[in-house]
Amino acid sequence: MAVVDEFLLDAEEPRFSEDQRAELWLGALVCGVVIALLAMVVFIVAQGWPSFVHNGLSWFASGGKVDAQLTRIAQSGASGKAVYTFRAWPLIWSTFLTTAGAVVISFIASLFVAVFMVEFAPVPLQRLLEPVIRLLASVPSVIYGLIGVLVVVPFIFHHLISNQMETSVTPVIPLSGESLLAAVLILTFMISPIMISIFVEGLRAVPRSWLEGSIALGVNRWRSFWNVAVLTARPALISGTVLATARALGEAVMLSMVGGTTGFAPNPADGLLFFVEPSRGLAATILQQNDNFGSAPMKHTLFAIAAVLLFSSLMLSLSGWAAKQPMKRYFNVGGATA
Amino acid sequence: MSATGAPIHLPADAPAWRLRDRLGLAFAWLTGLLFCAVCAAIVVFLVVQGVRYLRPDMLWTNPKVGFNQNETGGFLAEIIGTVLVTGTALVIAVPVGVGVAVWLTEYGRPRGLARVVESTVEMFAGAPSIVLALFGVIVFQAPFLAFLSATTQGHAYGKSFFAAGAILSLLALPIVVANVREGLRAIPDHVREASYALGKTKITTIRRVLLPAARPSVITGTMIGAGHVIGDTAIIVLLLGDTYTLQAVGHIPLLGALRGTDSTLTSFIYANAPTGDLNQPQKAYAAAVVLLAMVFLLNIVVDISGRKARELKWT
Repeated sequence: MAVVDEFLLDAEEPRFSEDQRAELWLGALVCGVVIALLAMVVFIVAQGWPSFVHNGLSWFASGGKVDAQLTRIAQSGASGKAVYTFRAWPLIWSTFLTTAGAVVISFIASLFVAVFMVEFAPVPLQRLLEPVIRLLASVPSVIYGLIGVLVVVPFIFHHLISNQMETSVTPVIPLSGESLLAAVLILTFMISPIMISIFVEGLRAVPRSWLEGSIALGVNRWRSFWNVAVLTARPALISGTVLATARALGEAVMLSMVGGTTGFAPNPADGLLFFVEPSRGLAATILQQNDNFGSAPMKHTLFAIAAVLLFSSLMLSLSGWAAKQPMKRYFNVGGATA
Repeated sequence: MSATGAPIHLPADAPAWRLRDRLGLAFAWLTGLLFCAVCAAIVVFLVVQGVRYLRPDMLWTNPKVGFNQNETGGFLAEIIGTVLVTGTALVIAVPVGVGVAVWLTEYGRPRGLARVVESTVEMFAGAPSIVLALFGVIVFQAPFLAFLSATTQGHAYGKSFFAAGAILSLLALPIVVANVREGLRAIPDHVREASYALGKTKITTIRRVLLPAARPSVITGTMIGAGHVIGDTAIIVLLLGDTYTLQAVGHIPLLGALRGTDSTLTSFIYANAPTGDLNQPQKAYAAAVVLLAMVFLLNIVVDISGRKARELKWT
């Protein structure tokens, strides 16, 4: 209101110069953006609140079949008597397994690939690879999903799943090749270009003279690079990992294509079967329930899932920020792009 | 001979690389070459499959009902949808993003507010798109936003180009902000001071000196943002309606289309994968190669503008 009043006054006597007005407008825009974003967070948590209140902490626990619970929740919308009973553990476990698996594998692989690319690869190969990596980093996830569902899933079904395995679990889950293994594999291919491109940027930014100093002291090339460049580029390693983890955590489309449609918690005690068991994560659940938004209890349940995802991703950026704090004395590399 | 004149000579039994170092180097080569092979496999596979199934007429026919994959038309409506929805998202994200970035670098007072803005925008860079999509589904069904989509008996449908574009702009916003900020920060202070010395006000300096100088960064941010927007599927599936052709609402040309529903290339691929509703893998491959070509073009623009930004040397 105050701003508007001052504008009315403006016509008579310019209380604000053009410059100050511009600053006010920009400030208002920025405040608007921040308020809108924060309001969104509040809205999502508020919409999910009924589901949390009805279930308490057992929302995060296991118990019963998650798909049957979701069906009951969706149907209860029409009957007028809302049902909220929901145990999300299988979905949380699946999200954790796929994300952690893919991030761990692709971190190790990406680090070595980045080191190779920056220091050891022949120059023509570097020139060729760099644009390819950037292209792969921006390939839409649905294309990875397509490759997964048309190439990897049939491969797993035909070569890794025996009839005996299939019959042993028939009453519980279908083994169609849509599996944890396929999900982790495709997710790894999806996020490692992102990691590699940020790692490479960080490693490139390390001053050449630091490496030369190390080599001049008689340390061999591998050890110099590993102990000087990789250590200096730690902020970039963290940025890349956080960004890639956020991608993996929120990936819905690709995982719902290759991970299967069954809400099931793969059990490591099953031995080899563990890898080919289907599982559906939190994000994929929201996507696959998109016909049921009309049912109020379902809506609240899905918003509760969304709130958990949002909270995890906020915590992820926060921990990335916290981890980078002690490294402030290093220059900040790989902060802004991608 | 070294500078001091003392000869440098390695002892005859100069220590060979330790086993650990040799293993590390070997592993780096191995993963590096493996990665090259996988890259090549993915790119070659997609291009081969795409070229096998892509027919030129798919680019200018709409999807239609047919008995087999030769009769079901192409994906003109999806290409238009991709362009329209990306345009809508960028029209929102770029001005807002540039505004936020300018405020953060050039004003940024009070300091506390600036830190809040910075961290909020940065945190949203990692927000899962499915969460944003779910938020959009509920918000755009609200009565006061009903004019943005089709309405049936007073109920807002909530799915339209406006809805999808508005939510997608949230994906592009942090990227635009980060890139424009970086571009503005790279401009040394004496450029600003020179402008002030000529009697220009701060806002004129920003508009006439700083933003033109930072143009390559603005373009880079916009194009990287566009890449993310084009590639997103979850928001499109939830917010653009499930029609495979452009269904305009009302008769005003562009506005009607923007209020209407459609699919994009990503949601078309999703629907045409074996897990989707249409299940026509050949069409999915063809659409994937078109989408890949779009992403490739965007990448080239990013490369060119990035090179321009680096060529701008301030002294």
